[in-house]
Amino acid sequence: MTGAEGEAQVQAIGSDEDVVRVRQLVRTVAVAAKLSLVDQTKVVTAASELARNTLVYGGGGQAAVSTVDNGQRRGVRVVFSDSGPGIADLDLALTDGYTSGGGLGLGLSGARRLCDEFELDTAVGAGTTIAVVKWAR
Amino acid sequence: MALKAEQSERLGKLLAERAEKIAKRWAEIAAAPLKGRLTVAESGRQTAELQAQLQKALADGAADLRSAQTTELRAVLTELSRGRARQGFTASETATSIFALKAALYDVVDVEKGGESALRDYVAWSLFIDELGLFTFEAFARAREHIITEQTEQLLELSTPVVKLWDGVVAVPLVGTLDSARAQVVMERLLQALVDTGSPYAIIDITGVPAVDTQVAQHVLKTVMAARLMGAECIISGIRPQIAQTIVTLGIEFGDIATKATLADALRHAIRRGAAAARAANREA
Ligand SMILES: Nc1ncnc2c1ncn2[C@@H]1O[C@H](COP(=O)(O)OP(=O)(O)O)[C@@H](O)[C@H]1O
Ligand SMILES: [Mg+2]
Repeated sequence: MTGAEGEAQVQAIGSDEDVVRVRQLVRTVAVAAKLSLVDQTKVVTAASELARNTLVYGGGGQAAVSTVDNGQRRGVRVVFSDSGPGIADLDLALTDGYTSGGGLGLGLSGARRLCDEFELDTAVGAGTTIAVVKWAR
Repeated sequence: MALKAEQSERLGKLLAERAEKIAKRWAEIAAAPLKGRLTVAESGRQTAELQAQLQKALADGAADLRSAQTTELRAVLTELSRGRARQGFTASETATSIFALKAALYDVVDVEKGGESALRDYVAWSLFIDELGLFTFEAFARAREHIITEQTEQLLELSTPVVKLWDGVVAVPLVGTLDSARAQVVMERLLQALVDTGSPYAIIDITGVPAVDTQVAQHVLKTVMAARLMGAECIISGIRPQIAQTIVTLGIEFGDIATKATLADALRHAIRRGAAAARAANREA
């Protein structure tokens, strides 16, 4: 990712209420970055998915939300991190419909489709970090 | 720490002999930090009742709060905590009313002039009063928790009204975040409404849900399946354009479930389907 990055606002993720807080924070920053209503909804929904995964599978963690600017466009960047078990088989986890926990199995793959940039870093036993960016059009 | 028998007796005697002075000071000191939110008279009634129970417990030989002689005293403390919790006082404001007895006692016994034995008594009594205060603190916390659970339940009920829109059509408008607890309540109430009204159609309106993620979708899908098992057809309405696009990108499929943009569209759909089913039934008869 290139361009200037604003100060990140960090929200801890330790409960269902925190997932709601992450959504609200991402919405606020997306509005400030002048994302369209559709793009706001997409990034907020992606954040909801990733925050819930951080909580449920990562055993809790945090989301750091910031605005980004590449000279032409502004956008929202959210970095989710946990020190949970990590993801052993990434291809499998990113397969539509795969779930290890009785979900719909569309959160990870769906969040990737909903955002413009998606970087996933994971190590078994060490945790998972996912950074996403959604640019204003 | 337990009071020695003679310390318990001496405190009981003091409470009896200097009852009026202690009651007055206790009420004043207890009411001060409550800043007029509780009148001196009301605070006085409470401390007077506590004083009476305390005196009785000590006369019966209570050594600490675990003693059987303090059953009534504990009940009064619990009642006070509950009342204060409902009135919106804080835990420390509540416990302070109990700790105020220490200051009131200090005013009536001349600890300095009484020498070492008076001091020893005063310290032992203080520890006993601390015990009363802590008990109040715990009772307060339990009462708060109870109130919060009650309010949460009330909120859950309030925010999920199931309404009968038309003959044979019930609807539930979802507003806010649909977490698992609320989703469960919605499903139960909708299924119950289907039974109560014998309706073949149910509309789930999601106009008020700000973000439809896979968890919300899964809850809605489960509700639709459960309604189907009971012979009812569900229609999902209130899918705004931005939500529709997001759902599609996420990859959520509502399959053969009818979805409509507005509640009115959904109602029209249900009425038409109902009429068609009635005509078909007539032809067969
Ligand atoms: N932060 C994470 N830590 C460990 N495993 C994860 C994490 N996020 C996702 N996963 C794994 O990836 C799978 C797919 O995730 P997702 O697509 O969101 O589906 P769902 O949440 O419905 O299970 C999960 O079931 C889980 O096994
Ligand atoms: Mg998920």
